[in-house]
Amino acid sequence: MLAKTIEPGVTPPAQPPLQVVSPPRATPEAIEALQRSKPEKLHGWAAFLAVVASPSPLMRWTRRLLAIALGILWWHLAVKYQLNVIVKFDNVSSPAEVWASFVKQLNGKIFYRHLFVSLQRIAIAYCFAVSIGIPLGLLMGRSRIINDFVMPYVEILRPIPAVAWIPLAILMWPTEESSILYITFLGALFPIILNTVAGVQQTPEVLVRAARSLGARQGQIFRHVVLPAALPSIATGLSVGMGVAWFSLLAGEIISGQYGIGYFTWTAYHLIKYPDIIVGMLSIGFLGTASTFAVTLATKPFLRWQARAR
Amino acid sequence: MHMLGAPFRKAVPVSAPSSLSTWREARDGRIEINNVGIAFGPEGRRHIAVSPTSIEIPPGQFVCILGPSGCGKSTLLNAVAGYVKPTVGQVLVDGTPVDAPGPDRGMVFQQYSLFPWKTVRENVAFGPRILGRYDPSPEATADTLLEMVGLAKFANRYPAELSGGMQQRVGIARALANYPRVLLMDEPFGALDSQTRHVMQENLLKIWAEFRITVLFVTHDIDEAVFLGDRVLVMSASPGTIIADITIDLPRPREPELAVDERFMALRRLCHETIRQESMKAFEQQNT
Repeated sequence: MLAKTIEPGVTPPAQPPLQVVSPPRATPEAIEALQRSKPEKLHGWAAFLAVVASPSPLMRWTRRLLAIALGILWWHLAVKYQLNVIVKFDNVSSPAEVWASFVKQLNGKIFYRHLFVSLQRIAIAYCFAVSIGIPLGLLMGRSRIINDFVMPYVEILRPIPAVAWIPLAILMWPTEESSILYITFLGALFPIILNTVAGVQQTPEVLVRAARSLGARQGQIFRHVVLPAALPSIATGLSVGMGVAWFSLLAGEIISGQYGIGYFTWTAYHLIKYPDIIVGMLSIGFLGTASTFAVTLATKPFLRWQARAR
Repeated sequence: MHMLGAPFRKAVPVSAPSSLSTWREARDGRIEINNVGIAFGPEGRRHIAVSPTSIEIPPGQFVCILGPSGCGKSTLLNAVAGYVKPTVGQVLVDGTPVDAPGPDRGMVFQQYSLFPWKTVRENVAFGPRILGRYDPSPEATADTLLEMVGLAKFANRYPAELSGGMQQRVGIARALANYPRVLLMDEPFGALDSQTRHVMQENLLKIWAEFRITVLFVTHDIDEAVFLGDRVLVMSASPGTIIADITIDLPRPREPELAVDERFMALRRLCHETIRQESMKAFEQQNT
């Protein structure tokens, strides 16, 4: 039946000859000249712009430092001329005063104690958040049941700012120190959980299927497929968590405690040591950035494959 | 669960190095699809993906399942792979019912499915490594297979550094690293440009000539099916039925010149007509 639909071999009608021409080729000299040609040179304004916008690391760092220098200059002028447009600068210390205060603090002992206590709190609370957040996030990402039981708590507790936790934390925890640690811990916990869950859920299904057909069991799929697939997202959660840990810590330290950089900043206000307010603030900014950078650096070796992909 | 069946048997390339050839015990890989029917969806609104089908594939045969998208060919393949459980009937591989994916049935996917965080060598060695006890040196096995697909030089690269065609070759090497009895391929060259696809087809036939394992190859490309297969199962979405079982009696090894061979063209035409008649019928039914 089907075979009938094939026509028997009929000789096709004579075809006109096929038309092919070879376009003229470039000479080897012409190709070599093209090879040796120089990239277009820019002149005047365009050349200046090209340097300013250059993507080289040196230029990028120059631009960053310039931005900071301009900011300090603006701050200096705003204080010097007592700028008073909506925000008042009459009570703001000048960059020079802040610098002098900073140098004075560096020469004392107590400032280091404040820094150390804050860093210690961050380290302890963050370690707890990581060691609870990642496993919990992994479980939630893999199990719908666990997710349904835990996610409502995450969603409801997450928007509560650290400051709002302070009264209850003080009532709940035996010492002031432990309540500060608890608040810091909570701040870091939620971003870590949520990013871990998202990372697990983004695991491409085809990779899980491939692993299964290669003979992998559940535990092996988890270790070789789900965990590495979630790592980029976990790394994001870890840096975001570090940032949130810092401002949760500061909220805790401002309300209570005897040491800590947040305490230092707040007492500077009470003791009318205005330059120290800014010294405290900038220390927080610097430590926060440095610790987030440290987290990024620590996760980098696990993400080498991603860097290679680009 | 018996993932491997007992005893674990490996089909090893005929010209394999001595370390591998000692594993070779039998060349089997018989697939029996016994009255397999697959339906999805809630009661009352069941969608039939594959209507009850019986097919037997003898060991070492290269079988292509040809059909338009949505005809159920991938679903049928997934039933053999063990990802989809048949609603009725069962799939047997060498007499053992399939109830889950396993290393006796290597799988190559259409989408790139290499583990991006593992190097090419680690990807290929993954199967032997997790099955540990059977392979004393997964890395050596991986290198042997990479040599075979012509990618030995890229062993230390990450998948994202490779072109699409190269990634699929690694995918084939990875599926073969467990020395499966059956190789299941779900439109593996579907995402490649046509020049690359032709090269890949020839490369696949060369590899297959060495392994001689059973291959079940899903495609919607008529030329591909006829060029590769010993046999083409034409499938149609009416619903999910194999409407023709065409023997491709073209000699091997097959070369690209086959494309102008009269027998090749006749077989290609036969496949084309078979599909066309079926879709015309479906088209007319829709309009009445």
